[in-house]
Amino acid sequence: MSVYFPHKKLPYLLLLPQLVITFIFFLWPAEQAFEQAFYQEDPFGLSRTFIGLDNFISLFSDPIYYESMLVTLVFSFSVAFLGLSIALWLAVMADRVIHGKLAYQTMLIWPYAVAPVLAGVLWWILFDPSMGPVALWLKYLGVNWDHYLNGDQAMILVVISATWKQISYNFLFFLAGLQAVPRSLIEAASIDGATPFKRFWTIVFPLLSPTTFFLLVVNLVYAFFDTFGVIDATTQGGPGVSTATMVYKVFSDGFIGLDLGGSAAQSVVLMFLVGIMTVIQFRYIERKVEY
Amino acid sequence: MQSFKLASVVIGMSIASVSFAATEVEWWHAMGGANGEKVNEIAQAFNESQGAYTVKPVYKGNYTETMTSAIAAFRAKKQPAIVQVFEVGTASMMAAKGAIYPVYELMSDFGQPFKASDYLSSVTGYYSDVDGNILSMPFNSSTPVLFYNKELFAKAGISSAPTTWEQMETVSEKLLKNGVSCGFTTSWQSWIQLENFSARHDVPFATEENGFGGMNTEFAFNGPTQVAHIQKMSEWQKSGVFSYAGRRSDSAPKFYSQECAMYMGSSAGYAGMKRNTSFDFGVSQLPYWESKIEKPNNTIIGGASLWVLKGHSEEEYRGVASFLSFLSRADVQADWHQFSGYLPITHAAYGLTKGQGYYEKNLGTETGVIQMTSTTPTANSKGLRLGNFVQIRDIINESLEGVWSGQTTAQEALDSAVKRGNALLRKFEKAN
Repeated sequence: MSVYFPHKKLPYLLLLPQLVITFIFFLWPAEQAFEQAFYQEDPFGLSRTFIGLDNFISLFSDPIYYESMLVTLVFSFSVAFLGLSIALWLAVMADRVIHGKLAYQTMLIWPYAVAPVLAGVLWWILFDPSMGPVALWLKYLGVNWDHYLNGDQAMILVVISATWKQISYNFLFFLAGLQAVPRSLIEAASIDGATPFKRFWTIVFPLLSPTTFFLLVVNLVYAFFDTFGVIDATTQGGPGVSTATMVYKVFSDGFIGLDLGGSAAQSVVLMFLVGIMTVIQFRYIERKVEY
Repeated sequence: MQSFKLASVVIGMSIASVSFAATEVEWWHAMGGANGEKVNEIAQAFNESQGAYTVKPVYKGNYTETMTSAIAAFRAKKQPAIVQVFEVGTASMMAAKGAIYPVYELMSDFGQPFKASDYLSSVTGYYSDVDGNILSMPFNSSTPVLFYNKELFAKAGISSAPTTWEQMETVSEKLLKNGVSCGFTTSWQSWIQLENFSARHDVPFATEENGFGGMNTEFAFNGPTQVAHIQKMSEWQKSGVFSYAGRRSDSAPKFYSQECAMYMGSSAGYAGMKRNTSFDFGVSQLPYWESKIEKPNNTIIGGASLWVLKGHSEEEYRGVASFLSFLSRADVQADWHQFSGYLPITHAAYGLTKGQGYYEKNLGTETGVIQMTSTTPTANSKGLRLGNFVQIRDIINESLEGVWSGQTTAQEALDSAVKRGNALLRKFEKAN
């Protein structure tokens, strides 16, 4: 017995689960946030007034908001740059190892299993100005480490915590990418007398560009949106507002401040920014990538 | 078909069991660790004392998380009957008239005895409306005190704890000369160095009686008394008399490690202090500027109270009322006070603890109570009732951190915090 599905409906039917999930978890909340951004509401939802663009106006007339944009940019690009370069270096090194390759690789992937908040707490303990081993060691070297007071040091701390975790993920992709680089090309180059340095920059690195591009996108998105836990566990945005990224501000205004309208307006701005970022990445950067 | 039958049996059974079982009252709280276990113990004691109601305590994370989840639950109509809300959330709860069931109303509706005069006035003052009606049940209240390292004091030849800020300076300098690397540190800087500081020196923290008089309140903590104090502290930060180490209680390790000889923190931190210190420490009242006030006011409280939320059945509220009555019994309160280090809420519990000789056996545990009850609260020391205050405290944190790091002066920082805080107060006024 054969079952017949009219072909016109089948594709939609197969897509349905994905569409339902997208609708429930992405489109619906996004629409809610969009709507909320135009209202002023008390936390309990007992009263609600339409205030038009007031939430946006107060947002963009607040110098602190511009500061959080700057903080976000510094933070995200530092995390992406450090995460990519360290992971690439480690991958190149691990790729060359002959004995115990698996052990090295497994160890390097391990940190990825650590939850962001935990990673934050671990680094926070290591760098605690009065008890942390790293902080004491730095003091011994003459660096007065105090991220409770020094905004730049606080930024370094959150960048380290956020990057550390991401290195494993990047490493995994770079390693796979490296293994896909044809050996024959490298051998041919070495026969022609190219140094390992030259071989890497002229052959391996360009051939890795699809992986690098993919990781750049993923890392920037990670730094923009997924690092809330790290920041909350280490600095809570301080000292001052020196580590309060835009996502952290959405949280602190919405969940601590219970200012739902203002927080929703910030989410809308973020959604807009992600849209722009994605377009830029795929239109301008991807063109330069050789697949 | 089989599974359908099974399902209907299960549903039938669960419906049946609901009608037999005691009425369940959910209580969301923010007490972790040892205090959380004590909360479970208290609920269990109540459940065993009668058969009609079962109180079910649920731990919901820290204060902010507990309050936010209760609010989210309310919006989804799944709110608990009782929720513990910290003192700075008080204004938000009070403003939500459609969401809360005032405790004084609940108690009289269900015939439970409830007299405001049984409670310490500096505690209930924080949770009462303008007519003196108690809106939420005080549960765990604490007040800031000064902890000092007796051994470091002895080494430096200092015999007693400083009582004034003038002495704080001379004592700290003496300590520094004797090899201690920092005089004092503080936790919760806004709570201790501005809110309690203002109360103690009888200057307003905000207009309209710190917000008790109306929602049109504006901040006033950039007055000359506060500015002078913060300016002095920033000088001390440079000289080592004071050392800043974080927004909440992050500075406690500096005291534990004997880096700082004095620490200002919550009186409820006593048990933790005992566990973490290897030296003899003393507890003393918060200092005051002799040059600014002759006799300091009482300090104000921190901690949390229990709010009853609307939307439950009459039977549940009967259970809530009887549970709150149980909670304020002298023996229950005294036990909670002695175990946790929070203040006794009722005069009876205070008397009972005294009678048991607890304070003589645990020197320093009474300091907070004495400091709270020594004077009658004035308009400036009743407490604070300010909307959006959780977030405003963060603004104050940000500004003070600018002062400690030497980027701004005290006047600039407090002016800007007042300005930013006022904007949030106006937002709160508009939303409610």
